[in-house]
Amino acid sequence: MDGITNQGLKEIIDNIKSKKISSLELTKAYIKNIESAKKLNSFVTTTFEQALENAKNFDSKPNYEQILPGIPLAVKDLFCTENVKTTAGSNILHNFIPTYESTVTKNLWNNGAFLLGKLNCDEFAMGSSNETSFFGNVINPVGDKLVPGGSSGGSSSALAADLTPATIGTDTGGSIRQPASFTGTVGLKPTYGLCSRWGIVAFASSLDQAGPMTKTVTDCAIMLEAMSGYDEKDSTSINKKKEPYSKNLNENIKGLKIGIPKEYRVDNMPKEIDELWNKGKKILKDLGAQLIDISLPHTKYALPTYYIVAPAEASSNLARYDGVRYGYRSEKGKDLIEMYENTRSEGFGDEVKRRILIGTYVLSSGYYDAYYLKAQKVRQLIKKDFDDNFSKVDAILTPSTPSSAFKIGEKTNDPVSMYLNDIFTVPVNLAGLPALSLPAGTDKQGYPLGLQLIGKTLDEQKILNIGYAFEKNCGFKNQIQKWWL
Amino acid sequence: MSKDKFDYFINGEKAKYEVIIGLEVHAQVHSNSKLFSGSSTKFGANPNDQVSLVDSAFPGMLPVINTECVKQAIRTGLGLNAKINNYSVFDRKNYFYADLPQGYQISQYKNPIVGEGKVLLDMPYGSKEIGIERLHLEQDAGKSIHDMDPSNTYVDLNRSGIALMEIVSKPDLRSPEEVNAYIKKLRSIMRYLGTCDGNMQEGSLRADVNVSVRKIGDKKLGTRCEIKNVNSIKFMQMAIQYEANRQVQLLDEGKKIDQETRLFDTKKNETRSMRSKEDAHDYRYFPDPDLLPLKIEQKLIDELKKSLPELPDKKKERFIKEYGLNQYEATVLVSEKEISNYYEKVAKLSDKKLAATWMMGDLFAMLNEKGLDISNSPIKAENFAELVQSIKSGEISGRIAKEVFEIMIESGDNPKKIIESKGMKQESDPKELEKMINEILSKNKDKVDQYKTGKEKLFGFFVGQVMKSSSGKANPQLTNEILKKLLKS
Repeated sequence: MDGITNQGLKEIIDNIKSKKISSLELTKAYIKNIESAKKLNSFVTTTFEQALENAKNFDSKPNYEQILPGIPLAVKDLFCTENVKTTAGSNILHNFIPTYESTVTKNLWNNGAFLLGKLNCDEFAMGSSNETSFFGNVINPVGDKLVPGGSSGGSSSALAADLTPATIGTDTGGSIRQPASFTGTVGLKPTYGLCSRWGIVAFASSLDQAGPMTKTVTDCAIMLEAMSGYDEKDSTSINKKKEPYSKNLNENIKGLKIGIPKEYRVDNMPKEIDELWNKGKKILKDLGAQLIDISLPHTKYALPTYYIVAPAEASSNLARYDGVRYGYRSEKGKDLIEMYENTRSEGFGDEVKRRILIGTYVLSSGYYDAYYLKAQKVRQLIKKDFDDNFSKVDAILTPSTPSSAFKIGEKTNDPVSMYLNDIFTVPVNLAGLPALSLPAGTDKQGYPLGLQLIGKTLDEQKILNIGYAFEKNCGFKNQIQKWWL
Repeated sequence: MSKDKFDYFINGEKAKYEVIIGLEVHAQVHSNSKLFSGSSTKFGANPNDQVSLVDSAFPGMLPVINTECVKQAIRTGLGLNAKINNYSVFDRKNYFYADLPQGYQISQYKNPIVGEGKVLLDMPYGSKEIGIERLHLEQDAGKSIHDMDPSNTYVDLNRSGIALMEIVSKPDLRSPEEVNAYIKKLRSIMRYLGTCDGNMQEGSLRADVNVSVRKIGDKKLGTRCEIKNVNSIKFMQMAIQYEANRQVQLLDEGKKIDQETRLFDTKKNETRSMRSKEDAHDYRYFPDPDLLPLKIEQKLIDELKKSLPELPDKKKERFIKEYGLNQYEATVLVSEKEISNYYEKVAKLSDKKLAATWMMGDLFAMLNEKGLDISNSPIKAENFAELVQSIKSGEISGRIAKEVFEIMIESGDNPKKIIESKGMKQESDPKELEKMINEILSKNKDKVDQYKTGKEKLFGFFVGQVMKSSSGKANPQLTNEILKKLLKS
């Protein structure tokens, strides 16, 4: 049975359609894998019974016209799922069962998929290693001492370990692309507004965006097709026609102009990252693309800007977790204020508290202009850098991360070095652009490394095409030994 | 207060002070659903019956602007002669409270939907313009109920998320009387527009009152205190009176006034400190990232402008011109949309001037006594017009009209019917009257002689006799004329 789950989503769909496997067989195979991979701690909740029921229902009345016919999927525990516990990796929501389904997951189910379980993540998606989760850290299938990246660490881990055929995550500053890079998988952060935010536990509203995490670029296109779309319940959702990304995949990238930004060659960057970047450039050049040196001069301000804007929004978004209406409430305290204080002290972890404090500080009177307002101005400049260059190039190629997966516990006492992990991914969120992380090679230790393709607003198709061509010619193969079995 | 001269000042020990008042009025937008959710806004539902996932701030819920509320705010802005901003922004005002589910109120801070405008007040000492600083849209909070249980607080979120317009005046008001006129005028404009029902009992109209005092002649404004959330005009006036005197007393004693937020205790009739400036909340306003800036096309503003109803100031001018009313009459008759509609119906069917006199006299007195609005008047406009017309045509006298009016209140009947069935028609036939008067004069020869020798006061006696024998139905004017003529001969 192991053979089924080794496959990518596209092959599985083909096998379902040609009736080589049933949805029930497929679901059982994944359940078996999940049960034998508890060491990875990638799941917070499993919904096996329901999944088996859904698989049987599909098999008895199959609809092969759907994009995801009878496909079981595990999703990040930041997506609210009706009648299924949704924790956001936090104690404060450890018992929260929504009565509603997020638009993105509903789109997946409407396209034939069903829920297999909820995946661990950093608390409220705040983290780059999945070590801030109330439900414990997740382990990278690449190696038992390694973090899977974050915040969508449960998603990357489960995907790389064959515990779900594809998955979805959310990306506020790199939370899809960095874990994809750490696990040798594909991750796409779509254009801000392409996927609805309705029903996703909010971290930083102006940056949050859901996206697919898959084994191949084709799978990524299929998932994006299924999950994206205009939603009138999200005022920042973009009203545009749906695109058949997977059908439109085209490996001919001859003549496309690829920008190479000089600012992404940072100090102390490991040599192997540089080499990986060069390898990527060569592959694209050999495929007929034209490399163009560009400058994105405000890149160096992106990380500080991000760490003002994101905590500011988070400090306000997380105010609703007060113990009054749902979630965790402390039993201690003699009045309302004490109840708030105890609930939030006990309910939130250190990283979340740190960001609430930072966010509250940068918005407070007397500091607003110096921090929040200035960050908003810099954000516009960062955006303008990209706009200026996208008149000259079709896409931009950069490394996804400044290093491969690091060891568990290595950076937990040094938040700043943890934050530096997002140095190549945050500018994209600040500019609202789509970006794709592709597995491209390994470091000396054999840990995967990723390259990032940044596209114009709503130009997902183009970066998927480039990624598709790249994937065919890169020859990367994820070598995961299933050491946890 | 004297009728024609402004004289609201507070006498301190050493100086005379004027009182400077500015109001922040919170008016509930008249709309079927809330500002950012589809929940109903109906008053009086069971607690927490009208609460959506958005109103109770469940994880992942997002606000979506209700465009009807935006239109209502624009209409109100136009009614206040204000500038409508094509670009405005919703901000989050952050603070913790049990009845504020999001932990922030969505409001407008730096870029409100409506900018500067003005409102005209008709005061006994002339008309006065009150500047409007701004109008912005915001969410209402829920309600904490502290008295249902000795140890717990209950929260009702039915109000949570309802759209409010905060209308901020400039510090142009100078007396409780002006505050009364201002609130009534605002309320009237919004009711004409249909943008707020103005129902103060149901909390649709509340105000924060800013009060400061300064010595007459001083240019600089004094330190102000804000009295929070006062929900009736009477309480506003009482609070201002108390607060102004308190401040003058402090200054008399050589003390400083602290800028602070105060509460008005309606039972003790005093204001008391709620929190000082130092304890003021830091609301950490910032643009709500869940909502795009509100961009309003000029076309929409123009369309709404075209569809506005006639507003009180315009209507007043027209009433003066069209119906020959004086300033005072016109002011009273346009003060409420329903009153002006009633008057126009009556005026179209009867004598315009007499209609105004009778409405403002007997009709208003009756409504006032019965505690009724004109919309539930027992006398319909058509019937009231007929009554006025019967007086004007001389069919009945004013005295009889009052009797008919009383019967109309009880029966709701048409006055013609009442006059006929009760035989109350005025005697206006000169021949009949002359006959009657001759009879009376011949019966009272002695009095006629006294009259002719100079005792002219007796004229009233003769009139009285005529009225008595006609049971009040003799046309008074004709009676006078005929009496004079016959007494001369």
